[in-house]
Amino acid sequence: MTISSASPAFTGRDPEHRLFGPLPDVQAEAGYQEEHPKRVGFFTDTSVCIGCKACEVACKEWNTLPMDDSHGTRDALGLSGMSYDNTGQLGANSWRHVAFIEQSRTVDLPMPTFGRPGDDRQGSGPSPATAGDDVSLANAQQSVLNAEALSEFDPQTGQTGADKQIRWLMSSDVCKHCTHAGCLDVCPTGALFRSEFGTVVVQGDICNGCGYCVAACPYGVIDQRKDDGRVFKCTMCYDRLTDGLMPACATACPTQSIQFGDLDELQERADARLATLKAQGVETARLYGRDENDGVGGDGAFFLLLDEPEVYGLPPDPVVTTRDLPAMWKAAGKAAAMMVGVALTAVLGSRRR
Amino acid sequence: MTGGITSPEAGWRQADRGPATQRTGKKRRRGGGRGRGEIAMVDDVEFTSYYGRQIVKTPVWKSPDVPLYLFLGGAAGSSSILAALADATDRPTLTKVGRYTAGGGAILSVVALVHDLGRPERFLHMLRVFKVTSPLSVGTYILSPFSAAAGATAAVELLGWFPRLKRFGGVVSALFGGPLATYTGVLLANTAVPSWHAAHTQLPFVFGGSGMAAGGGISMIFVPVEEAGPARKMAIAGAAIELAAMHKVESDHGILSEPFHQGRPGKLIQAAKTATAAGAGLAAIAGRTRVGSVAAGALLAAGSLLTRFGVFEAGIASTKDPKYVVIPQRERLASGQHDHSSTITR
Repeated sequence: MTISSASPAFTGRDPEHRLFGPLPDVQAEAGYQEEHPKRVGFFTDTSVCIGCKACEVACKEWNTLPMDDSHGTRDALGLSGMSYDNTGQLGANSWRHVAFIEQSRTVDLPMPTFGRPGDDRQGSGPSPATAGDDVSLANAQQSVLNAEALSEFDPQTGQTGADKQIRWLMSSDVCKHCTHAGCLDVCPTGALFRSEFGTVVVQGDICNGCGYCVAACPYGVIDQRKDDGRVFKCTMCYDRLTDGLMPACATACPTQSIQFGDLDELQERADARLATLKAQGVETARLYGRDENDGVGGDGAFFLLLDEPEVYGLPPDPVVTTRDLPAMWKAAGKAAAMMVGVALTAVLGSRRR
Repeated sequence: MTGGITSPEAGWRQADRGPATQRTGKKRRRGGGRGRGEIAMVDDVEFTSYYGRQIVKTPVWKSPDVPLYLFLGGAAGSSSILAALADATDRPTLTKVGRYTAGGGAILSVVALVHDLGRPERFLHMLRVFKVTSPLSVGTYILSPFSAAAGATAAVELLGWFPRLKRFGGVVSALFGGPLATYTGVLLANTAVPSWHAAHTQLPFVFGGSGMAAGGGISMIFVPVEEAGPARKMAIAGAAIELAAMHKVESDHGILSEPFHQGRPGKLIQAAKTATAAGAGLAAIAGRTRVGSVAAGALLAAGSLLTRFGVFEAGIASTKDPKYVVIPQRERLASGQHDHSSTITR
């Protein structure tokens, strides 16, 4: 048995889905032809994420990742200035990233209004508060508080005014451990490899920092640590998996937003969860990266989202770049032949001295 | 309170930023004035992003290392082919200049490539595997024999030893010369960088043509005009191919052609086209005079160098704005022109 660091081999028309399309047994394709564990993955259900960032902390702690700011600058502490999200992005030092989106919308539904008991009664004698008191109260509010804002926003219901609502979307992003992983395909040293669990892992002692994987990832996950030169990304806690433990993020998640398990089981669970949410009327729920016929052959880490993927900073239709590699090699071959042809014509077409 | 997520799509917008969607702000450019400005641009489109942050990562490849590598590989590759053919047809000066260019370019290529690594001392790790899915791996196995053969040929040419070995080395390097010049197109295109990937069948031709313009141009500078005929012809043909292929890159890909026109990359490419066209014209008109030959050769080589920098930087620019990821992918999904299912399961 040879375990190849090369991903599914190169065939012209790709009838066996080796560069593109679904792969029922991704480990066997990578050379684990005998017994191997089932493919594992993450199902991140963002409908129950509370944005606590326990996953980020657990990941940093377990993998001893250095601190970085929202632009990936190492050992820098800073606020992103855009939201509660100061991690900003996935990178060499952040292998989990909780996205935070605050949204508002206008609703046309008539909102129930609540007043003091008796307010709706007309002409029932003078009210306890006189008009003069009202003015002084309003002035007092104006002086110390933004009374207008207070009266328009009710923190209990999260409703602003009569016709506005807000909601928070939170989603813990992570390496997708693609079935057809661009990073793995293009790695020229074999530092990136497919583990026996079907995950994609970098071997730090092999990586020479060529940076090809950084450019090849359609999700912008893997990145180079500038002072180190090598690249780093989520390993799905390969060390914990080999000891039969759950990855640190899934272990730390207090709401089971991050679920770890065998991929086929997670997919069933996700389908059921989607059906449940739809039945409850959550029409915006959708799965992302679940479909094995998508541009990367399905993700090992997939998501349940409540809005379009790009709202969370995810590409709406990622495709592994190596799908088009046969066409590219063909073009390069033709171009090289063209060069020889042109040079030959130029030499033969010139009179000698 | 689940009222928020129970209505489909429901008009949710990013709070305190107005609409969550951004506009590309691109107005359709009208033709008129000078003909060159007539480029069909993409209409103003709405798209959504996560606080305007980029989606794919910007390549960590350094400039000038990588664009220089692309240029040197192209010039060296085409020169090695020219030198081998000149050797076979008994053109000693052209042979010699071609071999020096190939050898020098090859050695400098290796230096540029190794210097660009995050861990240069681990260069040899690339030789522990061969992966046809990795253009950098394939390129390593093109560059290694090429630089060994071309370097050795140039060295024995300089020292005047082993004439037969010299011819053999020249032929070996010529075999790898074409692939060396064109594989770099695949190297850039086989990435998630939107504007590079979109041009994946055209970049090898841009780089092949550009390599011939550079290699031919360099030979035109150093070879006497009466012997430089083949170099001149190759340079003019290469320049024409470069310009034609580059025109397709710049106009075929809708919004993904945009970075080739805007900002610094746009200026570089405009300068490249001007230099290449002027060089080719000058080579055709005044290539048989010493001054004309030197000037044309220098212009062609400069044009080739500028093309590499322009293409490199246009790709870099296309990673920095999420619209270049979101809009083409959305259009692909909307048009139904994809051979795979959507990654979104509703």
